[in-house]
Amino acid sequence: MTAAPPATPAAAAAGPLALCDGVSRQFGEFTAVSEVSLAVRAGEIVGLLGANGAGKTTLIRMLLGLLPASAGEVLLFGAPPSRGTRRRIGYLPQGLGLYDDLTPEQNMEFSAAVFGTKRAELPASLRPYAGTPVGSLPLGLQRRVAFAQALSHRPDLLILDEPTSGVDPLGRARLWDTIAGAAAAGAGVLVTTHYMEEAWECTRLVIMADGRVVALGTAPEIVGTAQVTVVATPAWADAFRALEEARMPVALAGRALRVPGAEPAEVQRVLTAAGGAAGQQARVSAAPATLEERFFQLAQPGSETEATG
Amino acid sequence: MTGRPDGPVTSPGTRADTGDWGTDEISVLYQGRLALDKITLRAVAGQLTAVVGGDGAGKTTLLRCLAGVLAPASGHVRRPPARQIGYLSAGSGTYPDLTVQENLDFRASAYGLSSVQAREQSGDLLGRAGLDAARDRLAGQLSGGMRQKLGVIAAMLTSPRLLVLDEPTTGVDPVSRSGLWWLIARAAADGCAVVLATTYLDEAERAAAVLALDDGRELAAGTPDQIIAAVPGTLRSVAGRPPGSDEQRAWRRGGRWRVWDPPQPASGAGQPIQPDLQDAVTVAALARELRLAGSLR
Repeated sequence: MTAAPPATPAAAAAGPLALCDGVSRQFGEFTAVSEVSLAVRAGEIVGLLGANGAGKTTLIRMLLGLLPASAGEVLLFGAPPSRGTRRRIGYLPQGLGLYDDLTPEQNMEFSAAVFGTKRAELPASLRPYAGTPVGSLPLGLQRRVAFAQALSHRPDLLILDEPTSGVDPLGRARLWDTIAGAAAAGAGVLVTTHYMEEAWECTRLVIMADGRVVALGTAPEIVGTAQVTVVATPAWADAFRALEEARMPVALAGRALRVPGAEPAEVQRVLTAAGGAAGQQARVSAAPATLEERFFQLAQPGSETEATG
Repeated sequence: MTGRPDGPVTSPGTRADTGDWGTDEISVLYQGRLALDKITLRAVAGQLTAVVGGDGAGKTTLLRCLAGVLAPASGHVRRPPARQIGYLSAGSGTYPDLTVQENLDFRASAYGLSSVQAREQSGDLLGRAGLDAARDRLAGQLSGGMRQKLGVIAAMLTSPRLLVLDEPTTGVDPVSRSGLWWLIARAAADGCAVVLATTYLDEAERAAAVLALDDGRELAAGTPDQIIAAVPGTLRSVAGRPPGSDEQRAWRRGGRWRVWDPPQPASGAGQPIQPDLQDAVTVAALARELRLAGSLR
């Protein structure tokens, strides 16, 4: 698998569309976002990854101008967030942000009126549904309407919060084609996803945990040389129980087991000590970690910052 | 819970000794349209079966039939008695106004388990799933991932022989998802037949058997390796959107483009690649779409 090509040098040379510089946000005693710095430039797709509660939504709300930062600086198009900057942003919230009682056409009209922009046409594939209330369309179509609406005023910056949740692979590939098309036309994109496969569509990734940035870079840079231990055994259930009793973080993959954060020798020792089928038939080896496994390590409390890019 | 309107087409517990559950060619009509069209699914003891597809593919309808909540219009369902089924409906089957512990106690009492038994059963699971400290929190105040873990633990509480989980991981972050996967593997390791619906193909790749649905129809079925081996024609990878008639057989993936060439026609430029499960399911969906549009025989 290959990472997405980098943005054109010309685009990279221009100032960032969105910039967070040492941004923090407190809610009373609780620090939701702590000293986060990131930039989104024209033509690039930045993937923002993190567990629930990592601070992604708070960060997005600050970028949208819905929430002021407690410390640090948020700049959109070189200026603090305002109504003017909001007009240049296309935002797709997790809940899609459509009015159920309005048709796709009326939703687009409303959005254009709010932004004070010219009303955009619905994409051809959505025109058959132009007159149906959004609430009675299947979820997959609603998502495409929301996408069309977020893009309708040709925003310079797209902020997409889990845009492909619940979409089948072909539908997902098409949504990503739309996202990449917007980036190729010069927009900057900040996108969150829980689907690590999609991280490979991004130019760069920012991984957050506990309000902080714990890794930056392309997907291959972040995975680096991290390895996991793989156990191939016909007696996987026995091996699973043995590793589980040893409190190892064991995961099932087909009929094999994957153990992140444990050396093969250590795993072998546990299986041998367990005896029986678990010990005799297991083949234990090391394998490159997946992005998800690496993410899991990084998301643990107290993990080190790895700024690779 | 035993007096459900099952009708003659379902037969709880007929093969109770084999642990071989599933559906045989079941069809379901919903608002005058076929929500499921002759769908066959096997759920085997100690094995994980994944049902994949996007929103509206028919996953929920199939799982509801398997769990005995919905009766199909035709076909046959093989399942254990209702008390031996653990079912987690989409959107988490927990009570938001009860605490984590109260949810489990309530479920235990509904199944005739004492709360002492229930606490023994659930104690280790709660600990391993990172929910120990949340016992006294209201389920409605948990994060989505924690709530889903609670739902799975509640469904596992009565040691079911068939565990039916409807999209337990959709919208769940990778850390919580790993906890959920641990629970699921644990249930299979204990000999339970586990059926799970998911939109994530990398999750389905971990299952022993996969059924891909599209618009109520079977798109592909078998082990992940069988589904991959059954991809007709060839696949190649090209850097950008392919020109001409190739485009309708192409999709974006990982910053590059995949082009599927059906059997026979000579393939164009690009590097041949070995498909994975995601490619295989995408090819099946694409081929179906092209056939419906009349541009593929």
